[in-house]
Amino acid sequence: MEIRPILSALMRSKVSLVLIGLQIALTLAIVCNSLFIISERAALMQRPSGINEADTFTVSSIGFGEGFDDARTFAEDLAMMRSLPGVVDATTINAIPMSNGGWSEGLSLTQEQKTSTAPTAIYFVDDHGLNTLGAQLIAGRDFRPDEVSERNRTTQGWPAGVIMSRALGEKLWPGQAALGKQVYLDTEKPPVTIIGVVDRLQSPWPHSKRLAEFSILVPQQLVGDGRMRYLVRTAPGQRDALMKQIEAKLGEINHSRIVREARSIERIRGEGYSQDRAMMIILTIVIAALLIITALGIVGMASFWVTQRTKQIGTRRALGATRGMILRYFLTENFVITTLGLAIGAAMAYGFNVWLIQNYEAARLPWYYVPAGCVALWILGQLAVLGPARRASRVPPAMATRSV
Amino acid sequence: MFGYYLTLGLRSLRRHSVLTALMVFGIALGIAASMTSLTVFYLMGSDPIPWKSDRLHVVQLDNWDINEGFDPNPDILPDALTYLDATALMAASKADKQAAMYKVVLPVQPDNPEVKPFLSLARATGSDFFGLFDTPFKYGSGWDKSVDEQHGRVTVLTQPINEKLFGGADSTGKRVKFDGIEYTVVGVLDTWRPRVKYYDVSNGALNEPEEAFIPFTTAIELQMGSAGNNNCFKNSEPGWEGYLRSDCIWIQFWAQLDTPAKLADYKAFLDAYIGEQKKLGRFERPLRSKLPNVTQWLEEQKVVSSDVEIQVGLSFAFLLVCLVNTVGLLLAKFMRKSGEIGLRRALGASRGQLFLQHLVEAGVVGVTGGLVGLLLTWLGLLGVRALYSEFKAVAQLDWVMVATTLVLSIVAAMLAGLFPTWRACRVQPAAQLKTQ
Repeated sequence: MEIRPILSALMRSKVSLVLIGLQIALTLAIVCNSLFIISERAALMQRPSGINEADTFTVSSIGFGEGFDDARTFAEDLAMMRSLPGVVDATTINAIPMSNGGWSEGLSLTQEQKTSTAPTAIYFVDDHGLNTLGAQLIAGRDFRPDEVSERNRTTQGWPAGVIMSRALGEKLWPGQAALGKQVYLDTEKPPVTIIGVVDRLQSPWPHSKRLAEFSILVPQQLVGDGRMRYLVRTAPGQRDALMKQIEAKLGEINHSRIVREARSIERIRGEGYSQDRAMMIILTIVIAALLIITALGIVGMASFWVTQRTKQIGTRRALGATRGMILRYFLTENFVITTLGLAIGAAMAYGFNVWLIQNYEAARLPWYYVPAGCVALWILGQLAVLGPARRASRVPPAMATRSV
Repeated sequence: MFGYYLTLGLRSLRRHSVLTALMVFGIALGIAASMTSLTVFYLMGSDPIPWKSDRLHVVQLDNWDINEGFDPNPDILPDALTYLDATALMAASKADKQAAMYKVVLPVQPDNPEVKPFLSLARATGSDFFGLFDTPFKYGSGWDKSVDEQHGRVTVLTQPINEKLFGGADSTGKRVKFDGIEYTVVGVLDTWRPRVKYYDVSNGALNEPEEAFIPFTTAIELQMGSAGNNNCFKNSEPGWEGYLRSDCIWIQFWAQLDTPAKLADYKAFLDAYIGEQKKLGRFERPLRSKLPNVTQWLEEQKVVSSDVEIQVGLSFAFLLVCLVNTVGLLLAKFMRKSGEIGLRRALGASRGQLFLQHLVEAGVVGVTGGLVGLLLTWLGLLGVRALYSEFKAVAQLDWVMVATTLVLSIVAAMLAGLFPTWRACRVQPAAQLKTQ
């Protein structure tokens, strides 16, 4: 192979070599790390919340003025919603998964311990909560109607039985079944018993490192401040129509309140992950722009070299080199430059990753990113140089006899 | 001479229009990417109240659980105060100005039956709030201290809600009904939109200010709970009174301290206060208090998200790629002109003159790239606003950034042009002429 003459030719234009190599190196480093960030965000966003997201929506209201009766309004609203055709079920609830606002508590295994064992999100629901959420019960049972109580500012302690997400059970009692176990939500009060376990139920804080998957369902309705939030599950395809209908009806039932925030869970998911989505889009644009710039840069430099060496190419052709040999010469040259750039780029990619790890708690770049990036850039380089190289191969042998 | 070089440069650039377009496009893209991210970074991180940010201080006291700090990082103290401490500091009134505050949700019931009741976010705070943060008034003014003492039913409205309720007219002296209770409007703020809602960064540092302000003491009397964060490390006694006596934190407290001496005095006062409270069995952790100023506070609260920082880092790496690209292309271009350069040298042009001529050519590429880049930056910021709905106030072209963009692009192109120019000037006239 004609590597030796290529190398010696490259050594005569070291600056160009360094420039293209540097460009390829930086491109590899940025593309690998950006792709890694994108894939991590995608994985984050793809985690299931554990609830039925497609057919559910939430709506809240705030009552005002003297004598607003929370408990009565709850009963009336729920009866109205559950009676509507197309509504599968409805529940009172205090917070929505992925919404970034909610109630959290610490859980303790013993009454004596000073710091809690695990944090958890608290969802206050009634006996329709589990069905409305569509969370999958894998052990134990749902709440009975007689277990649901009211909770106001003066309420102390917690109800006897709660339902827990599986991840939280595994954190509290590794390797054991959570069902039937007891845990303290308040170490000065009696413990609560786990009467059911759901496969999965995300907390309102999906980005929290501590409690994204830790949740507890508590059979209580929050009363006393005039605020109410409902979760409604509809038959497939009827969500949006029922959302409008229920929003209007809630206003009609009771005039001394403001109905608001009727939003589908899909929209709440979208808003909860909007930062990640934005980051993914921005990085995708950066990657695309970078590849275009690098490819155009290679085309530009290669064209320049071809023009500069027209006479030499003609000479080689006159001395018997075929078109294919000329083409191969430029392709090989590009391969050599790209390879040198990629070698430096691999080091830079890991360096960039270390910077991200040290400053932004990023994860380690998986090993296959750099090799995959190298292959992609080799292909990109070859494609970019193909045009100028074909032009070089068409230089006629007679060029050797003419002046440039 | 400059004019002549400019003509020469333009002519040369026009001759290789594809190569020129490539260079301009490269610089423009790099500039746009870096300036878009830098603008967001700069506006988010910039001082929202530069004339007095060093005199405004957040009060932080470590009243947290003896067994477990507020944050795994021991340097981070609770980000709000308890009602007990906030009212004690208000009563002591040791700072030049001070205000306790928290966010509330108010149902607004307009008199006009045509307008449906709506919900509004309001801030319950003290009379000093408006002086602390230099809020501009369009009509009227804030309330005075006696209103705080008497739990007065008064309110200061912002422009948006004044528009909704009174069509933007001077509403001072008029009455509004919040949650069944009438308040008298004493003032209406002029447009007040700090880029960062620095006085309370919880629940979204880039949100707009609340729509109305009511006295803190009134909100407490009417038992309005906080619509912002509420953090407790142990259970409070039952009822509203029990909650007020609890160690739950939900109140922001700002103090204006005009001199370093006053700051030191206030710090000593806080530590003495904690010492007193320790005797009553509160503040079981080691004695700690902090008084970060506005900029320190925004930094500690990580208002500039790590995503934005990563984007700045990436975009500058991207700019570097674009510059390397331009260096390569300029080099190719200038080397191609070796013959012409040799000829000019032979005809008596000095190296200095040639250097200047090619630097002007590089500069033209920079200016053009900068202008196109500015346009792309504007588009980029439009995109950022679409992607991050809450970035409205921080993804805006701003004069400092426009100037920075242009300077950066020219400097970048000159830097990129320096090496190719230097190489071009080293062309040996004799050698070049011989090959012709």
